[in-house]
Amino acid sequence: MEILLKDNVAKDGEYMTEPQAISVTAPAAEDLPKEKFDELEAFIDSMETTKGALIAILHKAQDIFGYLPRDVQLYIARKLGIPGAEVFGVVSFYSYFTTKPGGKHTLSVCMGTACFVRGADKVIERLKEKLNVESNETTEDGLFTLKDVRCIGACGLAPVVMVDDKVYGRVREEDVDDIIREYRSQEGQQ
Amino acid sequence: MAKVRTNIMVCTGTGCLANESEKVIRNLEVILKARGYAEEVQVIKTGCFGFCEQGPIVKIEPDNVFYVRVSPKDAKDIIDEHIIKGRRVERLLYVEPKQKEKINRQEDMPFYKKQLRVALRNCGLINPEDINEYIARGGYEALGRVTTEMTRDQVIEEVKKSGLRGRGGGGFPTGLKWEITKKQESDVKFIICNADEGDPGAFMDRSILEGDPHSVLEAMAIGGYAIGADKGIIYIRAEYPLAISRLNTALKQARELGLLGKNIFGTNFSFDIDLKYGAGAFVCGEETALINSCEGKRGEPNYKPPYPAEEGYWGHPTCVNNVETFANITPIIMRGAEWFASMGTEKSKGTKVFALAGKINNVGLVEVPMGITLREIIFDIGGGIPNGKKFKAVQTGGPSGGVITEEGLDTPIDYESLLERGSMMGSGGMIVMDEDDNMVNIAKFYLEFTMDEACGRCVPGRIGTRRIFEILQKITDGKATMADLDALKQLAYMVKDSSLCGLCQTAPNPVISTMKYFWDEYLAFIKDVDHPRGEGKYTAENKAEIKS
Repeated sequence: MEILLKDNVAKDGEYMTEPQAISVTAPAAEDLPKEKFDELEAFIDSMETTKGALIAILHKAQDIFGYLPRDVQLYIARKLGIPGAEVFGVVSFYSYFTTKPGGKHTLSVCMGTACFVRGADKVIERLKEKLNVESNETTEDGLFTLKDVRCIGACGLAPVVMVDDKVYGRVREEDVDDIIREYRSQEGQQ
Repeated sequence: MAKVRTNIMVCTGTGCLANESEKVIRNLEVILKARGYAEEVQVIKTGCFGFCEQGPIVKIEPDNVFYVRVSPKDAKDIIDEHIIKGRRVERLLYVEPKQKEKINRQEDMPFYKKQLRVALRNCGLINPEDINEYIARGGYEALGRVTTEMTRDQVIEEVKKSGLRGRGGGGFPTGLKWEITKKQESDVKFIICNADEGDPGAFMDRSILEGDPHSVLEAMAIGGYAIGADKGIIYIRAEYPLAISRLNTALKQARELGLLGKNIFGTNFSFDIDLKYGAGAFVCGEETALINSCEGKRGEPNYKPPYPAEEGYWGHPTCVNNVETFANITPIIMRGAEWFASMGTEKSKGTKVFALAGKINNVGLVEVPMGITLREIIFDIGGGIPNGKKFKAVQTGGPSGGVITEEGLDTPIDYESLLERGSMMGSGGMIVMDEDDNMVNIAKFYLEFTMDEACGRCVPGRIGTRRIFEILQKITDGKATMADLDALKQLAYMVKDSSLCGLCQTAPNPVISTMKYFWDEYLAFIKDVDHPRGEGKYTAENKAEIKS
């Protein structure tokens, strides 16, 4: 959201924000494998009751597919016999759910207060510049998705950057280049 | 069973795990085996010691030696020197920064000296994945006593007498909440543990669940007995995978021993607990929003009344308590309400856990009696401000709280005194700021957080927080006028007075309190006042532009 705001400010000096661009009508970009739908169906069928279980089902679906594309949301809606809008309403409410596929590695910068006062804002700016993306976007080569996340609780190591499950603590602005290089070179070797 | 002569306790809280404590454990075990000591020396994975700044922590018992910042390659010296030759590894001992002295024992360290551990009593002492270690420390005895010897009213009376108040932020008396829920006539009631710890920079609930999960399960069963619920729910953030896995292990072990399930302790009291996962929404810490989320819906709050105690989860009477509140229950039952009420101030009894973070030497989790001063916490326990910088302010209560400056450092802290100063207890986050931090930027940071997290249910919350953020943005861009400051003030009070739930009612607090104490920093962005630390964009060039 802050991204939209900044762009806006630069353009016309106004301080009004624009609604978030969410497309529910765009066609799904890729084919989703049937086995994954089967796995999701088996999970739903194994539940004692689906009453109040929508969030649990969405967690499972995101585990399986990696994200929650429109087709998966509609599938869940039909399976549970509820409107698709209700499913989308829940998906869009919670920041943990994502409707876009991520890159190979997720770079999460902790934006908790402890990290913020120790310079996390500078770290994420550097990452945005180096990767040429904004937060919650994926690099062109599909290697990294940049995320600003809520406190991960490793405040003793602030500021913290996580690459997938690996934690990098006490990150300085200049360390960012090394971290990116490390993963880029791994990719080169494969 | 072989006789174990020495225990090597290694912290496996999230902070230390991030610092490779898992590798430390693996190396210790491999080397122990290679040297032939695997039988008599045991490596134990414990919960959080609290001293996260110095992690990973390794403690050797019964020698009572406390090693800090242990890296995987130090494992060899710990075994070869300490365990085999009985010589302390000097370079791994904690050095007191003021006196430059090496300190052996945990209780001699200034970080631990003033602490009093009640809720965190087992964290760092026991293996959270082994129910027997919890039982060996007196665990589940309170549940036994409650179900076999005490009536439901006696339990509630004891909790009421102790003066325990909700540790999640509001400070509502826990015993009273239980009593209200008990009085509701209904066959089905629920007790919910709120583990949706969303305050950025607070991690006490996570540490309790990771380090001592059974203390919460046992207390939930006691609460269930008292209010007449046979079902408990723990609502936990999906971002806490380790806490979730430890809870699942704990639930399984408790069920195997019959401490959860049907006819607990041979009585006709049955109780079991389910886990529900959050999905990243700060507002779900509000109890009605939390209940909606448990039901699989958008986590938006409801109007109160009806309160959850009357109509909660699926319309049944429901009692929602915080993790830390639950962690205080078994000590109250075992040691008595008088003991608990002997700690703290007149209106706030017992202890409180704080997460110290930001510009402070000893980042970590501390538990102190209510009524201690902020100065003691920040300078004695926290070790003061790093790099010789000057203390500027401390934010308590997270995004819902406010800043407290130098002049407030000597106030004894409890729920009321923090409110009087324009802040609040909150869940116990404590972020220390030094002279380099610009307070307008800090306020903007918090408002950006609440703006993102506002659920959209009520207009002041949805639009008001956004407008506040935009004005703050305008100020820090150096484009604001005095009229914007007036608008900001007015808007802040309006959102505070008219929002639906606690999240947005308290959202303007960081702005209101920074305007109160650091007005000149706001002015520095606007007027040409000579403020040494302001980042004001005001220059002679844009003077005319701003004036016009």
